[in-house]
Amino acid sequence: MDYSLRPLGDHALVIEAGPSIDHATHVKVRSICSAIERADLSWITDIVPAFTTVTLHYDPTNLDDPGRLPYETAMNRIHMILSSTPLETDKEPRTIEIPVCYGGDFGPDLESVAEWNALTPEKVIELHSASPYLIHMIGFSPGFPYLGGMPEEIATPRRKEPRLKVPRGSVGIAGSQTGIYPLESPGGWQLIGRTPVALFDTEACPPGLLQAGDRLRFKPITAAEYKEMEANR
Amino acid sequence: MIEVLKPGLLTTIQDIGREGFQQFGVSVSGSIDPLAHKVANLLAGNDIDSALIEITLTGPHLRFHGQTLLSICGADLSPTINGVQQPLWKPLKIEEGDILGFGILKEGCRAYLAVAGGIEVPEVMGSKSTYLRAGIGGYRGRALQKGDRLTVGTPSSLSIKMGNALTRNPTTDWSIPHQLIDHSRSRTIRIMPGNEHGQFQEESREALFNQSYTVSPRSDRMGCRLSGPAIQTETHRDMISEAVTTGTIQVPPDGQPIVLLADRQTTGGYPRIAEVASIDLPRVAQAKPGDELRFAPITHEEAQRLYLQRERQLRELRQGISLKYV
Repeated sequence: MDYSLRPLGDHALVIEAGPSIDHATHVKVRSICSAIERADLSWITDIVPAFTTVTLHYDPTNLDDPGRLPYETAMNRIHMILSSTPLETDKEPRTIEIPVCYGGDFGPDLESVAEWNALTPEKVIELHSASPYLIHMIGFSPGFPYLGGMPEEIATPRRKEPRLKVPRGSVGIAGSQTGIYPLESPGGWQLIGRTPVALFDTEACPPGLLQAGDRLRFKPITAAEYKEMEANR
Repeated sequence: MIEVLKPGLLTTIQDIGREGFQQFGVSVSGSIDPLAHKVANLLAGNDIDSALIEITLTGPHLRFHGQTLLSICGADLSPTINGVQQPLWKPLKIEEGDILGFGILKEGCRAYLAVAGGIEVPEVMGSKSTYLRAGIGGYRGRALQKGDRLTVGTPSSLSIKMGNALTRNPTTDWSIPHQLIDHSRSRTIRIMPGNEHGQFQEESREALFNQSYTVSPRSDRMGCRLSGPAIQTETHRDMISEAVTTGTIQVPPDGQPIVLLADRQTTGGYPRIAEVASIDLPRVAQAKPGDELRFAPITHEEAQRLYLQRERQLRELRQGISLKYV
């Protein structure tokens, strides 16, 4: 497969799978991740898949070959692994359903998203929960998914004044992206709903419910269902 | 046990970081100045990565219940034991009931207090580091507060031998190599071109080397924010978000660069003009608000070579200390 390597600082290297966000690049990113994970390399401390790249953070002291810099050794080892890697993932993508109570206190910006796009709030909910999204990457903060595939009809600019506190589980829209806040944090996204499901749990293994490569589908629930699920959490 | 009488400005428990969870968006955290962290542990007879106390700008006051050995490295915040001035970068003996205090900040920004046996807190995802933004790790996921009580681990046999030697003779007749201290005192930061370096205007790329940048008071464990000549890109191009690392210099639209530190996010979408050589991260860690930083170029090869050299010096220091106390 085609890819290129470049350093990121002196402790990481980036495997570039493709130039743009598309399905072929996504499959390549998944294939690279699977191959590196299978190889179980002790010198790698972190594998971070993104839209078009896979970054490997490494410990240079574990690649201290005489006469050769750690980056060269790392490159050689990566080339060896990837030269025999087929373009496929060894995992079937999972589809994870995320229950969301839309509107009201849970989604205070649902009305303005509807208004901006000249739709009814019901139509916004329908479009937002219609088809599954692809989880391109997890990043920015613990458990935060970068989702691909939101319908353009509900795209809405960020709020002019970011909120100081966005509750955990809030589902929002920013431009043509949608996402979920796994932790309470400040934020400028248009909030259209909230999920009672924990996206990030330090006791769980892995700690994040969502992983890059998974599909995610939002399922509308009522406020009563939300409260019940929250109580059973 | 250590009782917190006064917490200081931002005092947290840190180890060397939480590795392996960046794919879930979890910051690495850990000590901002890994060099001072490692040396402090070695001087207390600990493993190099044991959990210790990171102190920022204003130090805490701590009462020790039980005698022990400790060391303080990094910033000079005028440490005292029962009011008596103490040296940095040395093993120090503490008796039951002693109070460790800190005074004025003379130099640097962050001090590292290692206690023999390390600070005992539960591991979260394989690390004892406090990750403030997620409220996990360290002592209850937060900075220390008045009244907190920290448990100390079992001291190693080396710590005990070092403590006994200090009881016989209160001054150590050895000191650690200068290279391991001096690095944190210079304000010149060596950098490599970042991935989006070519997208910046030529004047901006030159400004980075020819002018100095001031550390902003808005700096924190996530990033050292700089203010100075604005850095502009040639054209506004949205980059596709991807992984960033500690030392990445991101430039947001206001043109004021940010050096990402231990609590950085895992991925970013701002163009990266440069990457700080790991060997110089302690210098960034010790720059306090108002300090001026200057940048100088270094090659990727040289950065890796110098990092390996320093890690070898640390291994030699560890061996040297163990040999002295056989």
